[in-house]
Amino acid sequence: MSPKTLYDKIWDAHVAHEAEDGTCLLYIDRHLVHEVTSPQAFEGLRMTNRKVRAPEKTIAVPDHNVPTTAGREDPSNMTEDSAIQVAALDKNAKDFGIHYYPVSDIRQGIVHIVGPEQGWTLPGMTVVCGDSHTATHGAFGALAHGIGTSEVEHVLATQTLIQKKSKNMKVEITGKLRPGVTAKDITLSVIGATGTAGGTGYVIEYCGEAIRDLSMEGRMTVCNMAIEGGARAGLIAPDEKTYEYCMGRPHAPKGAQWEAAMNWWKTLYSDDDAHWDKVITIKGEDIAPVVTWGTSPEDVLPITATVPAADDFEGGKVGAAQRSLDYMGLTPGMPLSEVEIDTVFIGSCTNGRIEDLRAAAAILKGKKKKDGLRAMVVPGSGLVRAQAEEEGLADIFKEAGFEWRLAGCSMCLAMNPDQLQPGERCAATSNRNFEGRQGRGGRTHLMSPAMAAAAAITGKLTDVRDLM
Amino acid sequence: MDKFTTLTGIAAPMPLINIDTDMIIPKQFLKTIKRSGLGVNLFDEMRYDDDGKEIPDFVLNQDAYREAEVLVAGDNFGCGSSREHAPWAIKDFGIRCVIAPSFADIFYNNCFKNGILPIALPQEQVDVLMKDAEKGANARMTIDLETQTVTTSDGESFSFEVDPFKKHCLLEGLDDIGLTMEKAGAIDTFEAHAAQARPWV
Ligand code: SF4
Repeated sequence: MSPKTLYDKIWDAHVAHEAEDGTCLLYIDRHLVHEVTSPQAFEGLRMTNRKVRAPEKTIAVPDHNVPTTAGREDPSNMTEDSAIQVAALDKNAKDFGIHYYPVSDIRQGIVHIVGPEQGWTLPGMTVVCGDSHTATHGAFGALAHGIGTSEVEHVLATQTLIQKKSKNMKVEITGKLRPGVTAKDITLSVIGATGTAGGTGYVIEYCGEAIRDLSMEGRMTVCNMAIEGGARAGLIAPDEKTYEYCMGRPHAPKGAQWEAAMNWWKTLYSDDDAHWDKVITIKGEDIAPVVTWGTSPEDVLPITATVPAADDFEGGKVGAAQRSLDYMGLTPGMPLSEVEIDTVFIGSCTNGRIEDLRAAAAILKGKKKKDGLRAMVVPGSGLVRAQAEEEGLADIFKEAGFEWRLAGCSMCLAMNPDQLQPGERCAATSNRNFEGRQGRGGRTHLMSPAMAAAAAITGKLTDVRDLM
Repeated sequence: MDKFTTLTGIAAPMPLINIDTDMIIPKQFLKTIKRSGLGVNLFDEMRYDDDGKEIPDFVLNQDAYREAEVLVAGDNFGCGSSREHAPWAIKDFGIRCVIAPSFADIFYNNCFKNGILPIALPQEQVDVLMKDAEKGANARMTIDLETQTVTTSDGESFSFEVDPFKKHCLLEGLDDIGLTMEKAGAIDTFEAHAAQARPWV
């Protein structure tokens, strides 16, 4: 047999039909659904009298447009449009018989946190969701990517997706990370190196010692932002850590089925002599704690750097960099560590898991946020929230002056009332720093949870290593 | 789905790279549970000021481009969120074709599902089309999907690549789901096989 990559293996195991031109029907093992990108898809099913083909493989949870404040079980405490979208999801889940975690359920949370947490996401699966950060699930060695609403409807109706195979790209992070450097710094640094279009047309497999050393949570952070690098999906081969994470989860296999699953999972790695269309290697030791300075996730620099000038760049990027600098209100040459912030947001599917909250709390313990600064923690799921409370992390955050919210996407995309005001500057653990992403005119700097916590204490972008 | 065969129309120039889906349709407009009516909010934050008044500099607010049916833009168009509201808004405005040096993957796919033709061309050719678009309303570009060509108002022609299956669906206005359902037999067979091979799924 010819050598294969991990992507090749998962792909081959899921092709239900292949046309002569190579267009495939890829069978989908798990379809995750949320309230913002699904109503039009369900409406489409109703109009054409179609059913959900595999409701047992379809899981719905409201997360994008729900309030993260108390009392939200009562729709009258939601904005009208949230209430409409949530009610539509309630109804669609019921009418079509799919798994559902309503806002009142402690298991509710950001769809990409709920899937792994409940054991829906397992190695070797194909996972899709009408959300680009579906790439997160790739941390389990699952082929996972975001789809549009028409494709949501297509998967609902047929449990397949029309796909052509992507190219294979290997991103190797060798060696060890230095203290204060996290999974978020890895994934941002990779995007900084390849650009936001560097992965377009590829599925990335992340490998190397620094990736192996990461926990499952860290691996999810890395894969989460594969999409910011333009890739269709990011993958990490499953190993003992993966199995350990999955074992005993509510929807993971048990007993003999677990053994059978393990037998297959252990074959899920890229063969030594597999072909790669593109290879990137970064030394773990070379990665510093980073922040973004601009309005594209590729605008990444070590926290020790200074704000660049537009003419440091080439081609179309010169204009884009100038536009970013204007929008972000930054002057070239200014040290990044002198940039003052108004808001700190810790949360999102990139960094809303328990380990992220632990990392932030470790920096905040016994300290207070800077006066006048607004800071919030939005746990990724109700279960993450409960665990953080049990571990005493919630108290650390509250004593430091942070708001302690209910689970949801919140200020990651600011559809709910959690928004930046024009000109406000935010240290955020989310994944997108686009213009207006966190509120019209809002300015976002992306960073790790530990770096965001450090920024909360000083009121400026801060090198977390100075506080460690 | 609406067919796309040929189109001769005004092209609006947007020489920006990395135009993301948050710019195309900001999230406050994702609150709808319908597909229609998003055109007035296309590029909302670039198009209107804080009071909701049109910003005269913005290309689609200029009289020459209000009826634009083609958009010519910079690299990596449509990056960011997977929201299909982006192509819905573009289509609802009346734009049926977007030309750029490259597109983000999900956006690119979403276009075809909505009767929009995204065309990726080398930077030099996009530069020529950008210049042509800058001439305003009298310069009309022609896009012919059958022959896979874009022709400027001066008659200069470029050919473009498009996946044959996607082309076929767009030319005929075919609905993907209907086509896939014709292959239900293959899906049944796959499911039966997978239930044996991977019963835990
Ligand atoms: S947390 Fe942010 S990136 Fe993640 S699913 Fe929600 S909105 Fe998307």
